[in-house]
Amino acid sequence: MAASASALKRLLGSDLGYSFRRSPVAMTSFFLLVLLMLSAFLAPWISPQNPHDLKQLFIDKAELPPIWVKDGEWPFLLGTDPQGRDVLSAILYGTRISLIIGLAAVAVSMTVGVTVGLLAGFFGGWIDNLLMRIGDTVLSIPTLLVAILVSAIFRGLLPPAMRDPFAAFILVLAIALTGWVQYARTVRASTMVERRKEYVLAARIIGVPTGRLLRKHILPNTLTPVMVAATLNLGLAILSEATLSFLGVGMPITQPSLGTLIRIGNQYLFSGSWWLVVFPALHLGLIVLSVNLLGDWLRDALNPKLR
Amino acid sequence: MLAFLVKRLLNAAGVMLAVAFLAFMIFRFVGDPVELMLNEQASQAQRDELRVRLGLDRSVLVQFGTFVLNAIRGDFGISYRNQQEVFTLIVERFPATFELVLVATFLSLAIGIPLGVYSAIRRRSFAAQAIQFVSVLGVSLPSFALGILFILLFSVTLQWLPAFGRGETVALGWWTTGLLTPSGRLALILPGITLSLFQITLVMRLVRAEMLETMRTEFIRFARARGLPDHAIHFRHALRNCLMPVITVTGLQIGNLIAFALVTETVFQWPGMGLLFVQAVTFVDIPVMAAYLIIVSFIFVTLNTLVDLTYALVDPRLRQDAMAGGAHGR
Repeated sequence: MAASASALKRLLGSDLGYSFRRSPVAMTSFFLLVLLMLSAFLAPWISPQNPHDLKQLFIDKAELPPIWVKDGEWPFLLGTDPQGRDVLSAILYGTRISLIIGLAAVAVSMTVGVTVGLLAGFFGGWIDNLLMRIGDTVLSIPTLLVAILVSAIFRGLLPPAMRDPFAAFILVLAIALTGWVQYARTVRASTMVERRKEYVLAARIIGVPTGRLLRKHILPNTLTPVMVAATLNLGLAILSEATLSFLGVGMPITQPSLGTLIRIGNQYLFSGSWWLVVFPALHLGLIVLSVNLLGDWLRDALNPKLR
Repeated sequence: MLAFLVKRLLNAAGVMLAVAFLAFMIFRFVGDPVELMLNEQASQAQRDELRVRLGLDRSVLVQFGTFVLNAIRGDFGISYRNQQEVFTLIVERFPATFELVLVATFLSLAIGIPLGVYSAIRRRSFAAQAIQFVSVLGVSLPSFALGILFILLFSVTLQWLPAFGRGETVALGWWTTGLLTPSGRLALILPGITLSLFQITLVMRLVRAEMLETMRTEFIRFARARGLPDHAIHFRHALRNCLMPVITVTGLQIGNLIAFALVTETVFQWPGMGLLFVQAVTFVDIPVMAAYLIIVSFIFVTLNTLVDLTYALVDPRLRQDAMAGGAHGR
């Protein structure tokens, strides 16, 4: 406990911590993000009902408007859908799915991208050529198209009964498949600079094996731009997931993410039940907005030219 | 220059071949084409006959060769879903997508450039800060959600604008246009704005960054010393020097806009090739998916190559770099 407290103190006292405490935008978006994440991951304990449990739906309370509109009812703060599902609960559960997929996609693409970048930058030659050419080819098709195609291909290959349980995996893969190139390019560039420095030479002379040299010595020195890219890409990954689910190649109706909720709500657009689409959309926007503001701040704070 | 041209064209051809291979793999191995085209009662003889007719009995390499040759001639096979020629289907839908992308590009320049210039000149003003914030907001709300919110506000609540479709169109030969009828123009407004919003923020940020850079240079200071009025400095001198990257990015983004149009087209039920593609994905109509992938990638790669070549033409340094260290310009 004491160790982590002092680590926290050190973090807050660092340059980054100072810049954080001085920036109201960064503080606000950070706490907003923490709040959104907590409410999503604690959804089973704080939401009024489990929207996936058919027994908990209130058929007699179907299509109630939000509570501040006439006919709104406690505890359905944001209204209910035609099956009597509480919209707020559905949003909290959906946010959990969206966040998990977004975080997993960033983790996968970052791991792949950093590894590729380290190998390409350190070894150069044909390895570099091959890996970077693959990256170029991936980027030569619009990323959204790649994600839709990958998603569609996997769904085509899996038997229909397997599609829904694997939907989240397919999405993570589809998003990560285009995301890794950016990390690979930045890490490759910094690795090419680092490998010529004297500390690398020194490590080699005392006989540090190549794998350890890459992981313990070079990797930490390439991570600053990776952190910024990862934050900004989290926003992009959440948006991609939502877009794919909205188009019907993402999460199924049985495990709705925010994108799926918007897709479902879109069908009631002309029936007057605006709350079914407006609140999931705004919630999605709020998450991505706080991630983007935090990412923008991080980019500026870590950029030595702007100090 | 000739070596650079050849190298760049070979590069583009290589990428197109990779894309074609991907499309072919989808076509050949995601589901059995024979099973997908025939109904369940078909006899074994019918299946074999179709298999031979599609050339599926020959080696994979020969099949890929035939696939590429057919694609070059615009023959992408028959749609599984409505038994029409895929190429005709896509060509019919192309004008709708093209007009949408054109309107979005126009809007992004017409709105993005002035906003960018303003937020660069009056950088510290409240309005400029507000524009910056709204631009982050615009990037954060996905375009499909924005489109739905627009429909809710302008079509359902206010009933000013149509929520779906192209309105009335006029046929000019094989081309259909919605620009010549009042209902066609009205129908373009919401999808056009929805598609362009991301683009507007992009152009705006780019113009702002470039303007801030240019305003610090010597020749602007000299222009001030000559006593030129502000508007002449800002628009005749500074802005002109910023337009080159703006044009490049706009050109490069057209490919992305065509791809992103598929989301907008789904929201507004816009009868373009993006909607065709999304429907094809839902129905596992693989020839249409493969053809769309190839056509959009072709447009994308062509634009990229053209922009690269233009750059090399304008800036000889790039040619040297590219020749010295591969296409990356290491």
